[in-house]
Amino acid sequence: MPQMNMAESLNLALDECMNADERVCIMGEDIAVNGGVFRITKGLLEKYGEDRVIDTPLAENAIIGTAVGMAITGLKPVAEIQFSGFTMQAFDQIEQNMARYRNRSRGRYPVPMVLRTPYGGGIRAVEHHSESREAYWAHTPGLKVVIPSGPRNARSLLNAAINDPDPVIFYEPKAVYRAYREDVPDEPEAIEIGKAQVVRTGSDITLIAYGAMMRPTLEATEDLVDLHNVDVEVIDLLSISPMDTQTLVDSVSKTGRCVIVHEGPRNCGIAAEIIARLNEKAFEHLEAPVNRVTGYDIHFPHFQVEQHYLPDPDTIIQAVKQTLAYE
Amino acid sequence: MPKDTIHQTQKVTPSAPEIAVKSSQFSRRPTITPPKPRRDISTPSIALGEIPNLQILNEKGEVSDPAHEPKLESAEHLKIYRAMILARKLDTRMLTMQRQGEMGTFAPGMGQEATQVGQIYPLLQKDWFSPSYRSFGAQLWRGWTIEGLMLLWNGYADGFNIPDGVNDLPFSIVIGSQVATATGVAMGLKRQKDNAVVVTNFGDGAISQGIIGESFNFAAVDKAPIVFVCENNGYAISMPVQKQTGADFLAGRSLGYGIPSMRVDGNDILAMIVAMNGAVDRARRGEGPTFLEAVTYRMSLHTTADDPKVYRKDEEVEYWKTRCPIARYEKYLINKDLLSIEAIEKIATECEQEVLAGRERFRELAKANPRVVFDYMYQTLPAELQEQKQEYLNKLDRKETDQ
Ligand SMILES: Cc1ncc(C[n+]2csc(CCOP(=O)(O)OP(=O)(O)O)c2C)c(N)n1
Ligand SMILES: [Mg+2]
Repeated sequence: MPQMNMAESLNLALDECMNADERVCIMGEDIAVNGGVFRITKGLLEKYGEDRVIDTPLAENAIIGTAVGMAITGLKPVAEIQFSGFTMQAFDQIEQNMARYRNRSRGRYPVPMVLRTPYGGGIRAVEHHSESREAYWAHTPGLKVVIPSGPRNARSLLNAAINDPDPVIFYEPKAVYRAYREDVPDEPEAIEIGKAQVVRTGSDITLIAYGAMMRPTLEATEDLVDLHNVDVEVIDLLSISPMDTQTLVDSVSKTGRCVIVHEGPRNCGIAAEIIARLNEKAFEHLEAPVNRVTGYDIHFPHFQVEQHYLPDPDTIIQAVKQTLAYE
Repeated sequence: MPKDTIHQTQKVTPSAPEIAVKSSQFSRRPTITPPKPRRDISTPSIALGEIPNLQILNEKGEVSDPAHEPKLESAEHLKIYRAMILARKLDTRMLTMQRQGEMGTFAPGMGQEATQVGQIYPLLQKDWFSPSYRSFGAQLWRGWTIEGLMLLWNGYADGFNIPDGVNDLPFSIVIGSQVATATGVAMGLKRQKDNAVVVTNFGDGAISQGIIGESFNFAAVDKAPIVFVCENNGYAISMPVQKQTGADFLAGRSLGYGIPSMRVDGNDILAMIVAMNGAVDRARRGEGPTFLEAVTYRMSLHTTADDPKVYRKDEEVEYWKTRCPIARYEKYLINKDLLSIEAIEKIATECEQEVLAGRERFRELAKANPRVVFDYMYQTLPAELQEQKQEYLNKLDRKETDQ
């Protein structure tokens, strides 16, 4: 099994899908000749040519709008938006067309496309390059929203997204792109969109996170287990919408306590949705209010102080202790 | 010499029938008293239906269009020249700082000094400027400090404090978005009978954004006092301008909206000054918006995170070095006996010193205060956010005691 970082495993997934299915084409700003500003699409122009690897003009709304149109003709476009901050330019086409054509055409025109985009903080970037706004898309009916956390699941999740019959928003944690390597199997692994993964079983408390927040969550877990003698169960959400409510409910019904971690703002964030579901389906098992460690309801700060905005292991440990102390 | 494959250089006159600007159509325009037009600068007439090409100094620094050569005083020339050198020095220094880990990712402006200084030169202090991120040269002219620019590019919020006495918007990172705000400012100024004008700039990539066309349209319908400057530097990151448009040039873009335009040699400071002067005058006289395509070249990186070798040839960059806006102006000034080799060296040293002094101040000021991130969100922070802020401050305190 080769060792890969996430940038490489995403490139592998695109390559595999383009190789397997001629209908898959990729498009976006600087993705062809330049191979993408994060080099995720590197080498694909040389392999698959200009018709399938398209450098588009600088206009996000039209990138998504035209990808929808191409999907309607039977292609499977994978559109890259250079930074998730600029999906805002495409809000119109995502909400008005990408999410709706299947329903609007009474099933005649499905939109089997993927919107890939790097999100999240931690790379010392200028304004609009660090946001985490997955909640917008979870709030939009008709879309699926998935977020991988490491090289291995990124590869299989992108495969699943490209082969999904419906439009998928694929958020890539850019802070993880080159953060570490792990074994990635030779053959793509089957992974189902809508399923979470229990990455550690435990009995005292459930920690739920996804994307770039899996790393501080796992770091906190290590400390909690080793130094504080807390038996933590950890869940990688992977799919934001649809959400694997059952796995979450099963876990929290067992542990009775839960802390959710995400870097996006708190107000109407993904944690709020999870808390609502646990409230609906696991209420009688709860031994403490479900806690959340999130970004704050402010604009992502300038990068000299971004580390204070982002959830870190200490803050997570603090929240876990608080939740465990509740009687 | 390799052919200029990036920019078409031939004269352009679209074959559309000539359309006259009907300026008397709107009788309820505010009455404004324009300041006296400058006698030292004469601009070719700007009108719908034709797109003049303006170059006054050719690559060799010779006057190629004597009729439009501005008759500036020597002190003015030196001020302009110095501003271009200062921009170049800041750029070079910041690149070194970035490579040494003392600066964040930033967008160098090397090669665009004439476009930058020229677009800002005719503005009065009370006028407004709404720039894109690649606007050092113009921002320095407007009074943004060297240390401020260094601070903001290195991730310190304080760098965004607007200098006193300047009506500028903070630069925009989101491609094209500053143009809509600028248009709104122009619409507002017009209603306040302020007689001030707005200049906004954006790139050749930005021309693809819908918001540019929508802003053109609003400005045209409102006859807003604004000048749109497209700095066509050949590239949007890796993508050559031919990937942004099916047209041979960008200056024609505004015609359908009813905005006259001009195609200017953006590496010719005199052409930039003359064109901008005419466009700003039109705006001040209440004649509405003008669009200028400044044809220039990004000699350096897109940003410090970019590797241009992937998408452009060295020989192309070499070719554009022969069209360097600073070298061209220098030759002109030397020919006119306004500049000597000694003066060039003196100005270079002074500008370098100024940049280094700015760096010293930057180093003193470069202290991030994480405690203020909630403070500019609302006039009054809602109670729930006050609670969040307290939680955040407690976290900071905890971190401090842990250390
Ligand atoms: C809406 C939006 N999309 C994408 C980006 C990422 N991006 C930053 S600069 C740039 C290219 C801009 O090219 P151009 O308009 O020609 O300006 P230049 O950088 O050449 O000055 C891109 C795509 C952005 N900042 N904003
Ligand atoms: Mg450009």
